Amino acid sequence: MLAFTVRRLLLAILTIWVISVLAFAIIQLPPGDFVTAYIAQLSASGASVSEAEAVSLRELYGLGQPFYVQYAKWIVRVIAGDFGVSMEWNRPVGEVIGDRLWLTMLISFAALILIWGLALPIGIYSAVRQYSIGDYLFTLIGFIGLAVPNFLLALVVMYLSFRFFGANVGGLFSSEYELAGWSWDKVVDLIKHLPLPAIILALGGTAQLIRIMRANLLDELRRPYVVTARAKGIPEYRVILKYPVRAALNPFASTVAYLFPYLVSGSVIISIVLSLPTVGPLLVRSLISQDMFLAGTIVLLLGALTVVGTFISDLVLMWVDPRIRHQLD
Amino acid sequence: MLARLFNAKPAVEDAATAEERVAVASQLKLTWWRFRRHRLAMASGVIVILFYLAAGFADFLATMDPHDTESARSYAPPQAIHLFDDVSLRPHVTVLRARRDPRTFRMVHDQATKVDLGFFVEGYPYALFGLIPTTTHLLGLKGAQPGETLHILGTDRLGRDLWSRLVVATRVSLTIGLVSVVISLFLGVLLGGVSAVYGGIVDTAIQRVIEIVRSMPTIPLWMGLAAALPNDWSVTRIYFAITVIIALLAWTDLARVVRGKFLSLREEDFVTAAELSGAGQLRIIFRHMLPSFLSHIIAATSLALPAMIISETSLSFLGLGLRPPAISWGILLQDAQNIEALALAPWMLAAAAPVIVIILAFNFLGDGLRDAADPYG
Repeated sequence: MLAFTVRRLLLAILTIWVISVLAFAIIQLPPGDFVTAYIAQLSASGASVSEAEAVSLRELYGLGQPFYVQYAKWIVRVIAGDFGVSMEWNRPVGEVIGDRLWLTMLISFAALILIWGLALPIGIYSAVRQYSIGDYLFTLIGFIGLAVPNFLLALVVMYLSFRFFGANVGGLFSSEYELAGWSWDKVVDLIKHLPLPAIILALGGTAQLIRIMRANLLDELRRPYVVTARAKGIPEYRVILKYPVRAALNPFASTVAYLFPYLVSGSVIISIVLSLPTVGPLLVRSLISQDMFLAGTIVLLLGALTVVGTFISDLVLMWVDPRIRHQLD
Repeated sequence: MLARLFNAKPAVEDAATAEERVAVASQLKLTWWRFRRHRLAMASGVIVILFYLAAGFADFLATMDPHDTESARSYAPPQAIHLFDDVSLRPHVTVLRARRDPRTFRMVHDQATKVDLGFFVEGYPYALFGLIPTTTHLLGLKGAQPGETLHILGTDRLGRDLWSRLVVATRVSLTIGLVSVVISLFLGVLLGGVSAVYGGIVDTAIQRVIEIVRSMPTIPLWMGLAAALPNDWSVTRIYFAITVIIALLAWTDLARVVRGKFLSLREEDFVTAAELSGAGQLRIIFRHMLPSFLSHIIAATSLALPAMIISETSLSFLGLGLRPPAISWGILLQDAQNIEALALAPWMLAAAAPVIVIILAFNFLGDGLRDAADPYG
C-alpha cells in the first residue's frame, strides 16, 4: 500500500516535470527572444529601458545560453513563486491569474461530483431496468451528451436563454460582486451561478460513465452469486446494492482518474463561451497576443493541479476499494 | 464457379452448411456477418460514407463561391425553397434585395423576384477532385441575373453563403481527422506492439509514458502548441502541423488496445501451435496474430475519429487551429461565438448540425464494429 502510494507520487512528480518542460517549450516557441519583445512593449508604452537594465534582464533569463540552462533558471524562479511578468498586463503573472486558477478547479471539481452523483444512480437504474422506457431515454440523452462537444452545448444554452429569457447566463458572479473582495455573500452568489457551467461540463462525462456503469452492472447481474443471493430470499434492492453494484464500481471509479484532466480541458473551452472568470479566456488571449509567460504559467499550473487532483482521486479510490489494496500487497 | 458446382448440396443439409461456413470463414468475414445484423451501426456506416462523398464532391454540391464576400448580403436569412408557383410545379426561390433601413442602419432584405431553381447549372469554376476543371453545380439558380444569389442556409457577416461554406468545410474537417488517426494509429500500433512484444523495461517505460500523456489536460497543451505555429505559414502547412499536434496526444488509447490484445493473444493455443511448428516471430505476428485483432483496431480507430474531429473543431473555434481563409466547421462556428451575432443571425448555428451527426454516426459505427469484432463471443 505504501509502495503503491510512493510509486504514484513519483509518477505524479515525473508528470509535472514533463509538463513543466512542455510549458517552457511553449514559452520559448515564438520567434525572437522575449526580453527584446518586452523592451519594445515598454518603450511603446512610454517607459524607457536603459542598456544596463536590458543586459541584466538578459542575464536573469539566461538568454543566449543553452535550453537547459534557461529552463533551470526559469524553474528555480517558478518554484520560488516568481512566474515572470505578463507583457500584455504589465504586471506579475501570479497577480494576473489570481483567483482564476481556483475557480477553474472549482468548476471542474463541481462537474466531477455531479458526474458521480448522476451516473451512479442512473447507471444502476438503466442496468436493473434494462430496455425499459427510462433506460432508452437515458441512453438517448447519454448519446447526445457524448456527441455534442461541450462548447457547442454551451453555445446553444447561451442562445436559448438569450432568446427565451432575454438573459445572459454567462459569468460566475452577479455584476455587483464581480469586482468585490471575497465575502460570504459573494460565495453564495458563486454557488448560485455554479450549476449551469457544471452541468454543461458534466454532460459528456456523465454519458460516458453511465454507459460504463450500465455495462459493468449488466455483466455482474448475470453471475451465479446474484441468483444465490436471490434464492436466499434477500430483498431485491439489497441483492443489487450489496454485491453486484460494489463489484461494478471498480472500473467506474478508475475511469474518474482520467475524467479529471478531461474536465479541466473542457472547462477551458466552455469558459470562453460562457465568459467565466477562469483561466480559459486568459489563456486564449495570452496565446493570441503571444504573452508567453502568462500562457506558459497557465499551462504549467493547470497541468500540475490536474496531476495532483488525479493523484488524490487515486488515493481515494484505493481507500474505497479493498480489492485494489489487496492486489497490491 | 466450378468450385461452387462441386460444393452444391441438397437443401436438407442447409443448416450443416451454414455451420460449416462459419467454421471456415475468415475473421474479417465473421466480423462482417455480425456487423451486418447491427442495424444502427449499418445506418451510421452509410451516413459516414455519405459525408465522405459530400467531402469529395464538395464544390459540386456548393451553390455559391464559398469565399465570395458581398457586404450588401451581410446576414441574409435563409431563403425558403418553394416547390409550387400557385398550382404548377416550379421550384423557385424569391431572391432578396438588400437595402439599409434609414432609421436603424441595419440591412433589411426585401423579397423581390422569383427565380427558378435547377439541377446541373453553371456556377463558379472549380476543379473536381482537384483535376477536372468544370463549372457545373448540382443545384443553383437557372439564368440568374447579376446580384441574384441563392442562400439555402443564409449568409454570414461578410455575406458568404453558409451552405456552400458548410459543404466545403466538410472536406477539411473530415480529412483532418483521418490524417491524425493514421498518424496516431502508426504510433499506437508501433509502441503498443513493441511494449507487448519486448516486455520488461521497454514495456514499463512505454506504459509510464502513456500514463503521463493521459494525465495531462490536453486542450491547454494543444492550444499552446497550436498558437506557436508561425503566422506566415501556408494553410496546408498549418493543416499538417495541427494534425500532428492532435495525433501526438491521442495515440495512447490505441496503444493500450493493441498492447492488451497482443498480450491476451500471446496466450492463445493457436499462437503456441505456430511457435511449436517453428514459425518466426514476425510470421507469428503478421500471419497469425494481426488478423485476429485487426477488427479491434478498426473499431478503436472509428471510435478515435470523432475525438479528433472535436479536437480540430475546438481548436479552430478558439481561433488557434486552422485560420481563415481555410474553411472548417470550427472556423464556421467561430463566427457564431458571440451572442449578439447569434441573436441577429441564429442560422449561424447550422454548422453545429453536421458536427453532431458525424460524431454520433462514428460512435454508433465504432460500437457496432467493436461488438462485431468478437465473432466467437
